[in-house]
Amino acid sequence: MDEQSVFIAGAAGEGIQTIGDVVARAFLAHGYPVFAVQEYESRIRGGNSTHRLRIASAPANAPRRDADVLLALNPEARNHYAVDLRAGGTLVASEAVDEQTIVVPFHDLAVEHGGSGLYANAVAAGALAAVLGLPIEIVVRTLAAAVARHGDAAVAGNTSAAKAGFEVARATLGGRAPKPLPKRENVYAFLSAHDVIPLAAAAAGCRFMSAYPMSPSTGILTAFARDPELGVFVEQAEDEIAAIEMALGASAAGARAMTATSGGGFALMVESISLAGMIETPIVVVLGQRPGPATGLPTRTAQEDLLFAIHAGHGETARLVFAPADPQDAIEKTVRAFDLADRYQIPAIVLSDQFLADSRFSLPALSLPSEIPDAHLADPNTIDGEYRRYALTEDGVSPRLYLGQAEALVYLDSDEHTEEGHITEDVRVVRPSMVEKRLEKGRRLRGEVAPPSRNRDEDAETILLGWGSTKGAIDEAVARLRGKGRRVGALHFTELWPLPEIAWRDDVDYWTIEGNATGQLARLLASDGGLRIEGRIGRYDGLPLDAATIVEALA
Amino acid sequence: MTTTQDYRSSIENQWCPGCPNYGILTALERALVALGRAPHEVCLVSGIGQAAKLPHYLRCHAWNGLHGRAIPAAIGIHVANPALTTIVTSGDGDLYGEGGNHLLHAFRRNPDITVIVHDNRIYALTKGQASPTTPRGEPTRLQFDGVEIDPAQMLATAVVHGCTFVARGFAGDLEGLSTLLARAIAHRGLSFVDVIQPCITWGKHPLAWYRERVVPVPTDHDATDRNAALSLALDSPDRFPVGVLYETAEKPVFAESYRVRVGDGPLARLPRIGRAAIQARLAAFVVNKD
Repeated sequence: MDEQSVFIAGAAGEGIQTIGDVVARAFLAHGYPVFAVQEYESRIRGGNSTHRLRIASAPANAPRRDADVLLALNPEARNHYAVDLRAGGTLVASEAVDEQTIVVPFHDLAVEHGGSGLYANAVAAGALAAVLGLPIEIVVRTLAAAVARHGDAAVAGNTSAAKAGFEVARATLGGRAPKPLPKRENVYAFLSAHDVIPLAAAAAGCRFMSAYPMSPSTGILTAFARDPELGVFVEQAEDEIAAIEMALGASAAGARAMTATSGGGFALMVESISLAGMIETPIVVVLGQRPGPATGLPTRTAQEDLLFAIHAGHGETARLVFAPADPQDAIEKTVRAFDLADRYQIPAIVLSDQFLADSRFSLPALSLPSEIPDAHLADPNTIDGEYRRYALTEDGVSPRLYLGQAEALVYLDSDEHTEEGHITEDVRVVRPSMVEKRLEKGRRLRGEVAPPSRNRDEDAETILLGWGSTKGAIDEAVARLRGKGRRVGALHFTELWPLPEIAWRDDVDYWTIEGNATGQLARLLASDGGLRIEGRIGRYDGLPLDAATIVEALA
Repeated sequence: MTTTQDYRSSIENQWCPGCPNYGILTALERALVALGRAPHEVCLVSGIGQAAKLPHYLRCHAWNGLHGRAIPAAIGIHVANPALTTIVTSGDGDLYGEGGNHLLHAFRRNPDITVIVHDNRIYALTKGQASPTTPRGEPTRLQFDGVEIDPAQMLATAVVHGCTFVARGFAGDLEGLSTLLARAIAHRGLSFVDVIQPCITWGKHPLAWYRERVVPVPTDHDATDRNAALSLALDSPDRFPVGVLYETAEKPVFAESYRVRVGDGPLARLPRIGRAAIQARLAAFVVNKD
């Protein structure tokens, strides 16, 4: 099939989520992968928002900025998004704009055939099936499964409405109606990165999650609460400071613990990130980025907190910063974050963003890492004499007992402390040795982090450098530029701190591609990686980076 | 058998000689011994300030964390390892000022921890500024013409927000305080004890001034009566009823429903969810063929 980019546009509360979900699932059930991204305003009703589907023969897990098909549920949405419909694209709307418009009176057909205006979404889904060549039976079955819990009347109403939308759209299309797409045997998992983070955390032994609701990370907290069988204690804290402090307390008392937030909440947690470094207590923090400063654009995406995450916290201490690229990567990074945070007794920050939270990818398979290590705790039987929580060791990592694990007493102190964990002002010996101890862990950690993934960089003259959620867009841009004869490749960072060691080449131009205005990766690689950057591409309007934008910028 | 010797710490005490904090330290030590708790069964949690150094002076597990953040840390510790007797011991600046929000929500949550506030009505470690409990009009090293805002009424706030054990203690009464602390620690749910602990360096009044104004809670006071407790908590600014103002067992303890599901042990010892169970959840994201 030809790839289809479908924008379903409407106001918040109008049901674009449902329409997109039904159409996406119907395509997946028919064997076609779908990438779905939601773009919406921070409000409960009204405004302009889209559910964007990218349907292809092979997974294309990156956003498209233009639409082949625009289905607009209301005139305002139609006008707002008309600019995104490519020339020659198909508009589906309640009323005609020109003779090419596929006119489908969503509400009227719903009343007439379903018996209620509530079924307008089903009409829209049926109309999209006609436009996209999807057999209506599959949409009907998908819809029926989705609304079954509302009873037989709802199933019947949705079915009639979807069929009516399909028939009206097909009649209007006439000779333009596509041939029905053949069924394929391919099967895909359809999910977002935030769908898997709670599962990966539980698999990694997470037992405690406290957070304060904040877009785009609230779903992680909710997922734990919804699935008590995961065994994770869940608490909605009074603020982000309490959230991370509760989690740190739990961690010190032996429970693997995490929290999740966005930039503003993370700002409140910063003192406790420093504390985690000082008391050497593991913690995993998911930082779902959104555009700032301050409240910024709460429901949109950005990569503006890389340097913030790396530098968050007063004083100097080791930490880990990961930025997964997709749901499978999010599984692996979450498990690794828990393991390394525990092994090195440090805070680990997993940088995600609204794009990763709200986009659903089609992946052929999902898997847990083959090895999920157990907790790294000391055996109390090996403790001789008074336990020293901060015993000086070669690698800086002290044998860790948790509070109450054994008769050996554990002292955790945010003041500079002795090996036993008591306040000290011994600036001659103890202070320097404790600073070195904590920093040694960071040096060792540098040997743990993975280098960037490589994409056709061997013979490249231009190498695109990206991090985190932009991998799909950058890889697509590389493919398109290669198609134009450009020798372009990419290096993609998903483990960003400590910065992995990289042998930079002097015969290529390096460009950074980021969802921010100031080039944070570029600055990091220049200051800590010694790299000279040829150019920077940044997107900071709140929308995710897409291949066309990158290709244009490099033209 | 546990004795006070088991709790003796060899760490040098940094408090001013003669500070009533020593009274709280000794009373706490005696309360723990009276309850038969061994040092490894106890975890002290504090923030920052002179009072917050107490955990270093008693041999048991300890978390000496950030200013104002003792309460959420203690909640996390207790949820993760409920076998520990978790006791927050910190000052009024720490628990009422920097961390006041956490205390408010702790009253609502009712975790099974004890909160002992060393209430000296002054910021001592930073050399004499007003604390949330400094009386209106009292001059300080920062509010030179006298404090212009009302003191926090945390005992009353505790009663109003459903704290299940609300008491006032006096650091100058070792016998009474150790008995009171033992009762607080034994209480199941949040025990909140505001201890009058006059600052001998920056405080306006010496211990003797308070001794004259401390009165026992009336013998006929019904500690299960919230309204009666509230009126005692809001008694005149120059009279301090000492003892248990309010106590109830009729409120679920924080995390109880979770513990019913997973059992009592430390979370570290509970078996991790199986690989297969996670893989089944991942498989549920696969959209089945039509």
